[in-house]
Amino acid sequence: MLRRILALTIKEFIVILKNKKSRMVLIIPPIAQIIVFGYAATFDLKDVGVAIYNEDRGEVSRDVIARFQGARVFKIVNWIQSDREIAPILNEQKALMVLHFHEDFSKDILRGKGGNLQIILDGRNSNTALIALSYCRQIISDFNRAYSKRFRGVLPPARLKVRAWFNRTLNSHWFIIPGIVALLTIVVTLEVTALSVAKEREAGTFDQLLVTPMTPFEILLGKSLPGLIIGILEGTFIILMTCFWFEIPLRGSLLVLYSGLFVFLLSAIGIGLMISSISLTQQQGLMGAFMFLVPAVVLSGFATPIANMPEFVQRFTLLNPMRYFLVIVRSVFLQGAGFDILWTQYIPLAIIGVVSLAVAAALFRKRMY
Amino acid sequence: MNKKRMRLKGLIKKESLQIIRDPSSIGIAFLLPVVLLLIFGYGVSLDAEHVPIGIVIEKPGHLAMDFTGGFYNSEYFSPTVFSNIQEAEKALMKRRIMAICWIRSDFERRVLSTKDSPVGIIVNGVDANQAKIVTGYITGVWIKWLSQYARSKGLRLDAPVNVEQRIWFNAAVRSRNFLVPGLIAVIMTLIGGMLTSMVVAREWERGTMEALLVTPVRIKEVILGKIIPYFVLGMGGMAISVVIAIFIFHVPFRGSFLALTYASALFMLTAIFLGLLISTAAGSQFVAGQIAIVITFLPAFMLSGFVFDINSMPFPIQVITHIVAARYFVSILQSLFLVGNVWKIYIINCIWLMVMALLFFRIIRKKSHKRLA
Repeated sequence: MLRRILALTIKEFIVILKNKKSRMVLIIPPIAQIIVFGYAATFDLKDVGVAIYNEDRGEVSRDVIARFQGARVFKIVNWIQSDREIAPILNEQKALMVLHFHEDFSKDILRGKGGNLQIILDGRNSNTALIALSYCRQIISDFNRAYSKRFRGVLPPARLKVRAWFNRTLNSHWFIIPGIVALLTIVVTLEVTALSVAKEREAGTFDQLLVTPMTPFEILLGKSLPGLIIGILEGTFIILMTCFWFEIPLRGSLLVLYSGLFVFLLSAIGIGLMISSISLTQQQGLMGAFMFLVPAVVLSGFATPIANMPEFVQRFTLLNPMRYFLVIVRSVFLQGAGFDILWTQYIPLAIIGVVSLAVAAALFRKRMY
Repeated sequence: MNKKRMRLKGLIKKESLQIIRDPSSIGIAFLLPVVLLLIFGYGVSLDAEHVPIGIVIEKPGHLAMDFTGGFYNSEYFSPTVFSNIQEAEKALMKRRIMAICWIRSDFERRVLSTKDSPVGIIVNGVDANQAKIVTGYITGVWIKWLSQYARSKGLRLDAPVNVEQRIWFNAAVRSRNFLVPGLIAVIMTLIGGMLTSMVVAREWERGTMEALLVTPVRIKEVILGKIIPYFVLGMGGMAISVVIAIFIFHVPFRGSFLALTYASALFMLTAIFLGLLISTAAGSQFVAGQIAIVITFLPAFMLSGFVFDINSMPFPIQVITHIVAARYFVSILQSLFLVGNVWKIYIINCIWLMVMALLFFRIIRKKSHKRLA
């Protein structure tokens, strides 16, 4: 039995690796993608274009502007003189926001009243707008604190002391890059498995495989092993890149991480083989892989949180293996979580894996007739 | 001329028949955008609501209750009370709550005497973006409390500078308004690529390409014959997506439909050319399929500016994003939907799309010629 499985595994590897183009597809894109996406995927702002519209001649507005000039997030790109200039600047995305100081800004503040600083933002990307706005608030509230202390001697009754756990500077790379481990691993695994049965079916060689002494279970193992081995290799590569190239701290244990990777791969392979055995042609196999992969990625919590989804979509994501593995990778990397916290993620993954593999094996025979 | 037209017509007819007889392509073009857009439109949102927050009050008192009341009255939070900080921290570890508001026993005394009483806020920073947004919401609760407190005591505690924000184009700051137009671009990239990436590879694999090549048909006609039916299909899917965005997701549309149609046509051509290019270059359906997965979906998802703002990327990556056609279309769509006809943005992005389409077309022609020799 072992010899038969081994023979099939070797044959699968040859099929995957003999074609130079197909070899390239497995090796080059993950390397390019982890680097490009690793740098590209960020919610943090930098060099946000700010236009300043200062009708105030006073000192206070100058102090406030100086604080914006000193902030790394912002870059002052434009000084404007009239209301009419605001719209074109925002419409054409020359700046993300306009700071408007009214004529009486400094005077109001010196008189002890509050001065109004109007911030007009381009809300096209609402996330960018919200984050930029919260940076502005931070700058203004620091300014207010310093100003009150110096000139008024009164401080507000309470202040917030915010601490972020697990990611002190709230660098969003730390969130996204471990997620890429899950993303690229599932893509590669599906590529390897989703066409493997369909290809043979189209060529007619699958029927031949079925009449060999191999049981469906053995065929299943033989077809799964290449995906598992390639998945673990690619996963390891990406984990290494995450640790050493992007220097994301790995606070948990490798054992927890790799057990997660293993069950995740099982479920990905199961789904890939299931798609492949339903398909009669490679085109259908490819489409099936796409149809699974795209929602699996978009609705995984990779970029947008599952908690923000409506209830029925949240329930739908329970079927998505990526959802669980993302939690595992991120918790192991940033939080150093162990099995005690993460077991709730392993169990659904294992269930998805076992069920889909069983269905795939059952379909091997079924689709013959 | 006449013969040329006849040949082209024949080819288009053949491709169209092939599409009609294999209902899966029609499914891809019409059903898929609907399903994907509905699922994603509902599923993709960056707006946090009912964020679970833990509240720890070490010494119950009027002021502490008053302060935390802000969390109960806000739709952004759904608060849970913990009796001590250790328990709250445990819940934070287990991701049951996203943040903790920790009011120590000396809160009231310090508010009344020395002022500047610290309120401990701990956020789970694993999802840094959400953590920032939640911190922003918490700051909002705090600011509101400050002004209420001042009013109730008859104090003048006006902050020196008040921020008065105005958010243009998307006053309610709904992330769906920018995500849904972006999704249209991502979905259409997929569909264009998927529809066409296999068609040429399929002909080579089945040997029908050679049969086609011995006929007087020119390679340009073969390409056109393949493009036109898929283009029509793709535009149909596009139209449905726009209708869904406007009527189901209530994304405002402020530009002109003519401009939208033109830009969509350009983008559709680019996406289809890319699919054809893959399928010409790959030679076999197997490889074509693998390449299509790698170079259509993920780049459109990550590098188009659909969720991740291109301006925040490091410069070399910003340069790379220029080879992702979806980037131009996302920019056009976001402006057409939310702002209106911003011609400067529109024209620049259309030119880029046109350049890409032409480039792809030339490469396809060249590659196809080589095969002939």
